[in-house]
Amino acid sequence: MYNGGKIIIGIIIFVGLVTFPLWSNMGKIEVKPDPKTDTAEIMKLPENERVCVEATTFMKKEHMQLLNDWRDWVVRDGETIYVNATGKEYTMSLQKTCMKCHSNKTKFCDVCHNYADVKPYCWDCHIAPKEKEI
Amino acid sequence: MSMNRREFLKIAGISTVLGIGGITAASGLRKNLVEASQVKPSSGALKAKRWAMVIDMSKFKTDDDYQRCIDACHRAHNVPNISNPKQEVKWLWKETYEHAFPGQEDEYLSEEIKHLPFLVLCNHCTNPPCVRVCPTKATFKRNDGIVMMDMHRCIGCRFCMAACPYGARSFNFKDPRKLDPGLEKNLEFPTRTKGVVEKCTLCYERLAEGLEPACVEASKGGLIFGDLEDPDSEVRKVLSLNYSFRRRPELGTQPGVYYILGGKE
Repeated sequence: MYNGGKIIIGIIIFVGLVTFPLWSNMGKIEVKPDPKTDTAEIMKLPENERVCVEATTFMKKEHMQLLNDWRDWVVRDGETIYVNATGKEYTMSLQKTCMKCHSNKTKFCDVCHNYADVKPYCWDCHIAPKEKEI
Repeated sequence: MSMNRREFLKIAGISTVLGIGGITAASGLRKNLVEASQVKPSSGALKAKRWAMVIDMSKFKTDDDYQRCIDACHRAHNVPNISNPKQEVKWLWKETYEHAFPGQEDEYLSEEIKHLPFLVLCNHCTNPPCVRVCPTKATFKRNDGIVMMDMHRCIGCRFCMAACPYGARSFNFKDPRKLDPGLEKNLEFPTRTKGVVEKCTLCYERLAEGLEPACVEASKGGLIFGDLEDPDSEVRKVLSLNYSFRRRPELGTQPGVYYILGGKE
């Protein structure tokens, strides 16, 4: 093999670079995010009323779609009340409805968004609730 | 494996049917989750066919009369207070007669009118030129006559600012939160971000809650708000009793903000 040494060194460097994400994260324990729903506002509610606008499984998977629909319904169509699958009514508003209960943006929104490395730009305009603790 | 034409067509046909059927079934299931729910306007909302405002200049005597309305609006909507006039953001502000009504300033205009500041805001035109030029439909006209801004869609091209003959629109050249640290006064309303155009939205969020616009509420009768298409409304009564004028009527935009000099009770 001509220039065998150089080629082999090159291959080793190449493989090292390509597998960088694998070995640089080796040994680190990645903790799965655990969004907290134990804010004071939620704990104040009686046990059977501690439900979101839709079922938890649905919210986990589809909250981005729901929020997108909400903003179009409110801003573009002028509809402001959301009637959920069980017939309960909510005002469609991120600041006035969602974040009134989920007043812990850093421990609720951010933990998953950081883990998944998604950067929704909601908070460029919408005002996040002031978090008191610590 | 060999296959004749007949077998091939059979398999192709069956897989097409399965494929299309599967996609429709799957998307149907997905949709049902959201479509079990529905939306509606709130029951206590103020409704109209054509919202309009009358500004009674006789009720604006002191500086405070103006400032009260401006502050109420800017506080309710987290409008930043920026000292640099080239970057300022305003929804409701004072303008001199010659600036508010260009082309109508006569040489020997009465001193009173010449120096009287007029309260100006977005005119919520019937034929809004800003809506015509917006490439993303971020600004649009609602059925009740309000010219709305959808900040989520605004790309900051500023065509609307060039099109608006009243200068009613402001652009956020920088992040308003950085320019005005005390910005977040109303925690129930968003701020804006860098690169979007903003203007008066006739308090659509307050109308939905059954409240009059913030400036009208603070004006103590100087601003009259109502439905232009309802013959019994307050605005129609005031307009039928007073000589009214609008900004730049020659352009055909049909502003929804009327001015009266008033003084008559």
